[in-house]
Amino acid sequence: MTKLATPPKKSSGKDAQGGGRRGGRQEWSPEKANAYWKRNLRLIGVLLTIWFVVSYLLGLILANALYGVRIGQLPMSFWFAQQGAIFVFVILIFVYCWLMDRIDKEFDVHE
Amino acid sequence: MSDVQLWTYIVVAITFAFYIWIGYTNRVRDTKGFYVAGQGVPAVANGAATAADWMSAASFISMAGLISTMGFDGAIYLLGWTGGYVLLALLLAPYLRKFGKYTVPDFVGDRYYSQTARLIAAIATIVVSLTYVAGQMRGVGIVFSRFVGLPIEWGVVVGMAIVAFFAMLGGMKGITWTQVAQYAVLIVAYLIPAVAIGVVLTGNPIPQLSFTFSDIVPRLNAVQIDLGFKEYTQPFQGKTQLDVLAITIALMVGTAGLPHVITRFYTTPTVRAARYSAGWALLFIALLYTTAPAIAAFARYNLIDTLQNATVANVIEGEKQNIYELVYPDGTPVTWATSWQRTGLLAFYDKNGDGKIELRPGAAFQGRNFKAPTDGPNEVFFDNDIIVLANPEIAQLAPIVIALVAAGGLAAALSTASGLLLAMSSAVSHDIYYRILRPTATERQRMIAGRTMILIAILFAGYFGINPPGFVSQVVAMAFGLAAASNFPAILLGIFDKRANTAGAIWGMSVGLVFTLVMILMMKSNVIFGTPAPLLNDFMGISAEGIGAIGMILNFVVAFVVSRMTAPPPQEIQELVESVRIPRGAQVVEGAH
Repeated sequence: MTKLATPPKKSSGKDAQGGGRRGGRQEWSPEKANAYWKRNLRLIGVLLTIWFVVSYLLGLILANALYGVRIGQLPMSFWFAQQGAIFVFVILIFVYCWLMDRIDKEFDVHE
Repeated sequence: MSDVQLWTYIVVAITFAFYIWIGYTNRVRDTKGFYVAGQGVPAVANGAATAADWMSAASFISMAGLISTMGFDGAIYLLGWTGGYVLLALLLAPYLRKFGKYTVPDFVGDRYYSQTARLIAAIATIVVSLTYVAGQMRGVGIVFSRFVGLPIEWGVVVGMAIVAFFAMLGGMKGITWTQVAQYAVLIVAYLIPAVAIGVVLTGNPIPQLSFTFSDIVPRLNAVQIDLGFKEYTQPFQGKTQLDVLAITIALMVGTAGLPHVITRFYTTPTVRAARYSAGWALLFIALLYTTAPAIAAFARYNLIDTLQNATVANVIEGEKQNIYELVYPDGTPVTWATSWQRTGLLAFYDKNGDGKIELRPGAAFQGRNFKAPTDGPNEVFFDNDIIVLANPEIAQLAPIVIALVAAGGLAAALSTASGLLLAMSSAVSHDIYYRILRPTATERQRMIAGRTMILIAILFAGYFGINPPGFVSQVVAMAFGLAAASNFPAILLGIFDKRANTAGAIWGMSVGLVFTLVMILMMKSNVIFGTPAPLLNDFMGISAEGIGAIGMILNFVVAFVVSRMTAPPPQEIQELVESVRIPRGAQVVEGAH
């Protein structure tokens, strides 16, 4: 079990500030909160773009255009729509978890 | 009693005893244990529980068969029922865990500082879960009747008793750990026949690989053309491209908005664990969801191939249908074909009397009257469920594997039903009773309310399982459409748009819900109200299944615009939003550990 536990004061911003003060290394500030949130949003943006490309674009929107291209013995759009996109989805979530772990540590907001 | 039945009794009895034991050892005393399993569920376990919660009797029994018939267009289910987890993991789960209460209406009510918003979210939760749970109880009954030979009604009653036991005693905690066990049962039961049939047809034990790299799909494509069908892999045969896109969006977003799935992410110890458990959940789901399209293609190929080569050896006149006994070219009987004709899920009619059974496009019979063939060339009717259910026999596996498939189907139905029942009853006992009507209720009163509501919900679901309204299977799409059009935008904006306020949320949810509901009712009016034809065929080319995608967009637009035309939320709400965006502080301090 992790030891850290700031008192759970929901519906107030205090736990965010309290978290920043831990260890006295870094001060928590609105600018820092903003920077952390922007990093998170950028990561979400990149991953959801990939999410859209493998499922909607390669699987469905370009379904007829990519029908002639093969992956293994299957048409490429068919493979993405019935196999490939699902594999990529799983990878995307774990990549998000790993990168957020690093960002949380960098901003000292990890649990 | 046959070997298969005996094994089925044994395997089902063992798994049920196991679930009851888990439910008993995980009983709880407080509301936190009852609603969010004491926030002590590790990420991997929560992933497995979510996967079982999510994969219903329909995923387990019917999906591969549906894909087998739909070909490429089956992607709506494969993408639609997996892609939503990416949205959950990136956009909802971590923030809701940080918020750290019990239910979806908790978040909506607190974030939009409004009891009206809380009530709308609670009602949406009840409607969505109720539509969904009736089908699950029916699924339990059907599996019992097919494998154990029990009447459907008794199957439903047994299922209700089991769920009532561990859900009332253990609440979310009991349900969670039972679901972990149920996931193990259902995935083993799904994979064994899939691997076996893959080996028989392609020699490769990994279905995902043989599906992609063996020549089975090109062979299937070729034989489909010979028989007058389109290629199996040809996109958009049954639905338009636009409709396929809309349905996929509605199912994905609906998945991310289903209350019983969202609630699971409140149960982890940390925000970090909530993120990871979404990853584990999707990995566990993907194991089944990438196997299903392989089974679909294998089974279709096998069905066509068998029928092309086999000849009719004997016809037994039956009351409801004639049973055709087929033999392979070497004279051995095709036993699975005979036994599944007896269940009414498979029917033949040698219309041209050439001693061969021919699968062709079009309907073979007039409805389900197997004594009344149509004029078309097709001589085969098969229910989609047979693709999964008959697999073990086609691959000639031991009776114990067939018994395992029965236990797997029951595990899938029971685990989903229990998650839905908890979501539904907590909307009443926690959100409406405690948060709105009696905020002064004591812990003890809240526990009694929680347990009573579960019991009432089970009785409700059981009633609908035994007396299903005719349109239930027709409107399961409703559950996803409504979840997509109500909960998802409200939660997403609550986290990502600090400016979103009460008026925006209420107007957004109301417009999304009403639009989607009205559209579905009009497009399904022939089955729901008995009008001679649907009042509306489609909405700009989008069918009832996909209409939730439009409802969701309306919700977003209305909520965004109305929020900007009205006063911003108070300072403390903006601070709440700031706080859910940061992981630290989600853990509860608990004495000495």
